[in-house]
Amino acid sequence: MLSLLAAFVLLGTNVLMAQTDAASASPATDAAAADNGLPTAGYYILLFLIVCFIVAIVGKILKVYDLSQQVQGKKPMNWNNLMGALCLVFLVAAAYGAYWEFTVHGSMILPAAASEHGKKIDQMFWTTTTLTMIVFVITQILLFTFLFIYRYNAKRRGHFLPHNNTIEKVWTIIPAVVLTVLVIFGFFTWQQITNHIDAKGEPASINVDVTGHQFAWEIRYGGKDGRLGTTSYKLVNAGNKVGLDFKDKYSYDDLQADTIYLPVNKSVRFNIHSQDVIHSVYVPHFRVQLNAVPGLPTFFKFKPTVTTQEMRAKTDNPTFEYVLYCNKICGGAHYNMKKIVRVVPQAEYQAWLSQQKPYLTDQLKKDLKFAAESKGAEDKRLALNN
Amino acid sequence: MSTLAVHDHEVAHHGDDHGHHHKATFLNTYVFSQDHKMIAKQFLITGIIMAVIAMILSILFRIQLAYPDKAFPLMETLLGRFAPGGRLDSNFYLALVTIHGTIMVFFVLTAGLSGTFANLLIPLQLGVRDMASPFMNMLSYWLFLIASIVMLSSFMVQKGPASGGWTIYPPLSALPKAMPGSGMGMTLWLTSMVLFIASQLMGGINYVSTILNMRTKGMDLWKMPLTVWALFLTAVLGVLAFPVLVAGVVLLVFDRSFGTSFYLSDIVLNGSQVQPYEGGSPILFQHLFWFLGHPEVYIVIMPAMGISSEVMSVNSRKPIFGYHAMVYSLIGITVLSFIVWGHHMFVTGMNPFLGGVFMITTLIIAVPSAVKTFNWLATLWRGNIRFSAAMLFAIGMVSFFISGGLTGIFLGNATLDINLHDTYFVVAHFHLVMGSAAIFGMLAGVYHWFPKMYGRLMNEKLGYLHFWLTFIGAYLVFFPMHFMGLDGVPRRYYAFTEFESMKQWLSVNTFVTWAAIISALAQVAFLYNFFHSIFFGEKATQNPWEANTLEWTTPVERIHGNWPGEIPSVYRWPYDYSKPGAEEDFIPQTVPLSQTMSSNLPHDFEDNPAGLEAHAKWVNTQKSNEEVK
Ligand code: HEM
Ligand SMILES: [Cu+2]
Ligand SMILES: [Cu+2]
Repeated sequence: MLSLLAAFVLLGTNVLMAQTDAASASPATDAAAADNGLPTAGYYILLFLIVCFIVAIVGKILKVYDLSQQVQGKKPMNWNNLMGALCLVFLVAAAYGAYWEFTVHGSMILPAAASEHGKKIDQMFWTTTTLTMIVFVITQILLFTFLFIYRYNAKRRGHFLPHNNTIEKVWTIIPAVVLTVLVIFGFFTWQQITNHIDAKGEPASINVDVTGHQFAWEIRYGGKDGRLGTTSYKLVNAGNKVGLDFKDKYSYDDLQADTIYLPVNKSVRFNIHSQDVIHSVYVPHFRVQLNAVPGLPTFFKFKPTVTTQEMRAKTDNPTFEYVLYCNKICGGAHYNMKKIVRVVPQAEYQAWLSQQKPYLTDQLKKDLKFAAESKGAEDKRLALNN
Repeated sequence: MSTLAVHDHEVAHHGDDHGHHHKATFLNTYVFSQDHKMIAKQFLITGIIMAVIAMILSILFRIQLAYPDKAFPLMETLLGRFAPGGRLDSNFYLALVTIHGTIMVFFVLTAGLSGTFANLLIPLQLGVRDMASPFMNMLSYWLFLIASIVMLSSFMVQKGPASGGWTIYPPLSALPKAMPGSGMGMTLWLTSMVLFIASQLMGGINYVSTILNMRTKGMDLWKMPLTVWALFLTAVLGVLAFPVLVAGVVLLVFDRSFGTSFYLSDIVLNGSQVQPYEGGSPILFQHLFWFLGHPEVYIVIMPAMGISSEVMSVNSRKPIFGYHAMVYSLIGITVLSFIVWGHHMFVTGMNPFLGGVFMITTLIIAVPSAVKTFNWLATLWRGNIRFSAAMLFAIGMVSFFISGGLTGIFLGNATLDINLHDTYFVVAHFHLVMGSAAIFGMLAGVYHWFPKMYGRLMNEKLGYLHFWLTFIGAYLVFFPMHFMGLDGVPRRYYAFTEFESMKQWLSVNTFVTWAAIISALAQVAFLYNFFHSIFFGEKATQNPWEANTLEWTTPVERIHGNWPGEIPSVYRWPYDYSKPGAEEDFIPQTVPLSQTMSSNLPHDFEDNPAGLEAHAKWVNTQKSNEEVK
């Protein structure tokens, strides 16, 4: 049996080796016919059949053993004990597995939030994690130890216990109270985070327009006046990607950007739009996510607190970048729809901003006969329009 | 009273014309059968086939995730234009994810689960000869089958099946130009779903009316097994929620085919093609979808809960702990599940205030879920646990439900959901709490009631192997996904190669894929066991698990009409296991209290003052007898 298996494994490795050889020898020429992966697949299928075969044999052996025990008048195999013991083994192994997961994969998760509201989210996250993990550990331990302790024994009977109102009340009320606490904190934090209107007296947020379409993001800044001009989807074309309405004077100085630069510790508001299907603006390091919905502008206000440079030092990764990516299924290239976000000191932000190109290019101006009209006339016309 | 009248009529009707009212032919026994037991088997086997297909789809896309840069020439041989050069096309990847999800949620865990066990158990456990409307019942199966075929046929169309995710959010699903799958594939998806919903409604109405009107004598609602309670509430949920999805789907069909703009507004395709739609709202679809979608997840889990409760009680040789609490929590879940749908939409741009309200309702629904879990644990406590294969799967269901339910508390908190929505954390959550838990409940049911379907037993040892491989495998697959989600890894990505930060998860993905392949192969143990045991399994006895419920009083031969003579009457609740003073450790529901004087408790006479008095008298005489001795 075993030698058969060994021989088979050897054979399989040969097949695989031959395959890799063939693949490396003939990169693109004649691979088609010979190397269609069938031998490999066949190998794995055979391997699986052998496993099935072994399982069947073990099963038969067990059966025969059981019968012979019975014939000799000994006790047959006690499967209840075996399963009870396996439950305990599983519990121990799973406890170790979960511990390993938490330490190894748990250390690969996002670093602490790089935004003001994100810190609150993190705090709530760790509170929730602590509470749920306590429940998780206790309930799973009870489950599997009960299975072991109370495994079948012909001499015993179960304990007839149809109900116990006291304990049932206890374990209804405790979760209810804990959840109420979580809900209350969650509710108020949620209200704060989702409020995107600047309060009176608060310095105005920097408005950044983020517009999604298959499969890219368009980024627009307000320019010198800091205000974004109006847009309309009806005006969108190859030359006017976000559909800026140049009848609105706020739109003249609107800037287009390839990267999102944000000054650190300044409040920012993303005005989120979509032109075709639903996308989602997701910047996990800032704990920012909101869908981009065609026909329904959405807003997310937040304050980044850690510059890209600082984050590079913190994560020990010299190439670290904040990334904004799409997180709502939007088509074939959904998996590659991103924008880099750089958080920089105020001065650097200003310097960068002054380099950005306006949407109103010279070409556009000519097309729209801007140059011909005087500023005054333009203003009057706008006034009339209003 | 009316219940009794109907029931008496049934008896009379069946009593005299039994055996001659139709000749059994192959066609009306196995194909167009109106016997609930045969329809249950049809649902089950169709469900199993669909599950295998959906599982294979998942392995295909898992291979893509594990080896995003590798070409598998065999893939091209198998899939042709969908895997050019041996690499899955990114649109086809999404199609695989979409159809996998749709089949698993609707065709396997809704129709396969409820369809099988509601049909099998409602009449058998309530003492009914057949469903209220057997013909409609048959129709329900055939519509389901047609829906399945239509869904699968979308793999044959040129541009591939629907691929906007199982939630088919418009505009992606509404605009054929938005992705290949939104053309013919989506039309077939929508057609299939309408047929499917019709099937569900016919089934559901039948289940509800059978349960409400046709129970045998003595079977009042509080004597019903938890399986029937669960199936009943599931059917109610389905009947109330599914029509809303039809509404949503019909409006989508209008938008797709008749130029309306229910869900569409302000759309420009390819950067310049301005579309004429105005005034619609994509969010509206999400409301309609999740108004069904959330109850749907409970439609999936409640039958699994019912089955597990029953199986755990039988095999712990103990009454289910807190029967009333179990029923009330099911009712609570049913009611609450209609007002939590917005938790799927926290970050969709829905009014944040609404989000806050949905957060409150969502976290309330965790309370009945917690109660159920604790009651299951209490059921095991001081039991005398027999590890049948069914029992193991029921336990697995509880373990998964705990693990997955707890992450619901994170997601239900709108604040935390900001960073978790649409990441692998959600994938981990629902695959544990819904996918794994519900499948395990279903498998528990199959192992447990196999004798009532085929008169034979499945092989227990092979069941053990199946259980451990699948149980461990499922944890290995889904546990690491939590951490990916916490690192901000999005779901429904074709490859994680385009982002520096996601590359650290490539090795985890390979691991997960292999765990998935091994768990998938472990299902061969089940398939072999199932189909082999149908023909060659060990012959079952009448009551192989020594259970109390009525189905075990029917003959092994599984005759049409279920009971050869009169339908048995019911005298007690179904959970009298290990009752002190009783001879055996189980007392079937058909045994009158008058025959079990030594084991009766005051508790048994809660709504029966006369009985209580008699009981008290009996206890007193016992006592005085003892004193005399
Ligand atoms: C303990 C109670 C539960 C709570 C509080 C809860 C909460 C949530 C929340 C808030 C989401 C949305 C996450 C997101 O998309 O960002 C979600 C997703 C989901 N839940 Fe639960 N859940 C619970 C139990 C369940 C149960 C019992 C099932 C099914 C049997 C289930 C199935 C699902 C599914 C299928 C999704 C994902 C839908 C999708 O986006 O594709 N959940 N859950
Ligand atoms: Cu996108
Ligand atoms: Cu939900």
